[in-house]
Amino acid sequence: MAKREVLPIRDQSDVVRVRHSVRVLAIELGFKVVDQTKIVTAASELGRNTLVHGRGGDCTLEVLEQDGRRGLKLTFQDNGPGIADIQLALKDGYTSGDGMGLGLGGARRLMSEFDIESAPGKGTRVSVIRWNP
Amino acid sequence: MDRIPILRMGRFLLVTIQVDMHDQLATQLQDDLTQQIAKTKARGVLIDISSLELVDSFMGRMLVNIALMARVLDAQTVLVGMKPAVAITLVELGLSLPGIRTALNVEKGMALLRASLAEETEDAEDAEDAHGEA
Repeated sequence: MAKREVLPIRDQSDVVRVRHSVRVLAIELGFKVVDQTKIVTAASELGRNTLVHGRGGDCTLEVLEQDGRRGLKLTFQDNGPGIADIQLALKDGYTSGDGMGLGLGGARRLMSEFDIESAPGKGTRVSVIRWNP
Repeated sequence: MDRIPILRMGRFLLVTIQVDMHDQLATQLQDDLTQQIAKTKARGVLIDISSLELVDSFMGRMLVNIALMARVLDAQTVLVGMKPAVAITLVELGLSLPGIRTALNVEKGMALLRASLAEETEDAEDAEDAHGEA
């Protein structure tokens, strides 16, 4: 089931739409309810980052197959101001906005793999994967 | 504009969140609830999230804010119906909900609010009695 879907993130209802699509795909891939919830919550945190900090962008949903297991990969891409200090941004409690500062670090804990690329003026790309099992 | 309805039940306000909230809706609920607590002089707020499939950091912060504002306005907040998967995810996300009391369902939540209100009334009466004897 090779599948790839790109969803725009331009406003708050787009973030809700991303959550919904991620949930549908996670169910299709046979993730347990707890794992579905973790993936959707991570998607919500990262989607909000893309909207609020990245000033909009998109989310790519992909199904991966590796060594007989399947994975759900989400890539959030924006062309916003970028992050100067990624280590600082990953720290719990650090926030540049008015959030709780749990978005990036929390999303990393909720997923199996986490990757971030960003530089000032170059936008931000965050990829996360959750494997099943 | 979309709004989450707030029901009044005697001295308590009841909110059932049944839609996947975008951030603006969550913020709106926080404002509406604070206004309603002040307007109705409610002593307790019960928030039912049994239909919610996720609570992320933004919604968590909204819930904490509601509880804090309610406390300042002399009302208690009880959160009921959190799904186990949501609870597990919240902990892993690193989110705690300080100041929020929880109960398994609406019935238990209402009982908790009634009990703590009765306790407060008793304390107040005791204080009055003590004052009278002095």
